[in-house]
Amino acid sequence: MLEIKCPYCGPRFETEFSYGGEAHIERPKDSENLSDEQWGEYVFMNSNTKGVFLERWVHTSGCRRWFNVARDTVSYQILAVYETGTKAPKLDLRKDV
Amino acid sequence: MVEAYLRQSPLSQLALPSRAADETGDAGVSMAERPFRRIVNLRGNPKSEAFVSAAKSVLGAELPLAPNSAAAGKDATLLWLGPDEWWAVSEDETPPLADKLRDALSGQHASVTDVGEGYSCIAVSGPNAIDTLAKGCTLDFHDSVFAPGSCAQSDMAKAAVVFHRLEDETPSFEIYVRSSFAEYLWRWIEDAAGEYGVAVTG
Repeated sequence: MLEIKCPYCGPRFETEFSYGGEAHIERPKDSENLSDEQWGEYVFMNSNTKGVFLERWVHTSGCRRWFNVARDTVSYQILAVYETGTKAPKLDLRKDV
Repeated sequence: MVEAYLRQSPLSQLALPSRAADETGDAGVSMAERPFRRIVNLRGNPKSEAFVSAAKSVLGAELPLAPNSAAAGKDATLLWLGPDEWWAVSEDETPPLADKLRDALSGQHASVTDVGEGYSCIAVSGPNAIDTLAKGCTLDFHDSVFAPGSCAQSDMAKAAVVFHRLEDETPSFEIYVRSSFAEYLWRWIEDAAGEYGVAVTG
């Protein structure tokens, strides 16, 4: 069980949250003109990082706000929590994972 | 709003008034329903001075800005739900706040929604209230974390609820729950509190 520190409500159990996949994926601006391949790239081709991964969570049972989490997918350690729309803080990335 | 004489609380089929006791005796947990509360959901930017002062002029108190905290307004209890979201909870007899808030906030980027009809409230108090709630919720209800005057949105026995811990010497909580979950949650809490002894109060 993860304990996630919601940037608004404070530390809560993982059961209160829902996962939103990789963070910082920008929706293409002219989506109506995209080819199927480009659209598929946007929708499906997320990185499958081993190590520090920037991902989105939503505090479903609490304040219902989205935010970003930097989590190590090997150790499950949460390294940072930051608000949506802000850049990821500088992290001491592990090189050996 | 439904005419008062036509309204039925979501727990009416449990016939709680017939079980209500004047004395709680040695029961570890007292339970009661607090139906028909007026709940107004208020959203707006707390950094906007116009919004904060308009809300204060109607509610009679500053909106609580600290996370998970409640405040007492003139007619309503104010609960922090999120960085830009509050509840103003008042009793049925008080004049409707929603209209006054809407008037005060007209032209501003804010929203006022009457949500009280969708909720009921279960009051749980007594020396074993915290033990009981801890069985169904991951929140830490200890005094050092969830002191009197705190509130939080969370899950209780998997039902989405809003907790409000009242300013009271014995641990006293009010749990706001959606009407359709109210009977389930009441039965769940009463079952969980069985080992401490339950008294239903009016």
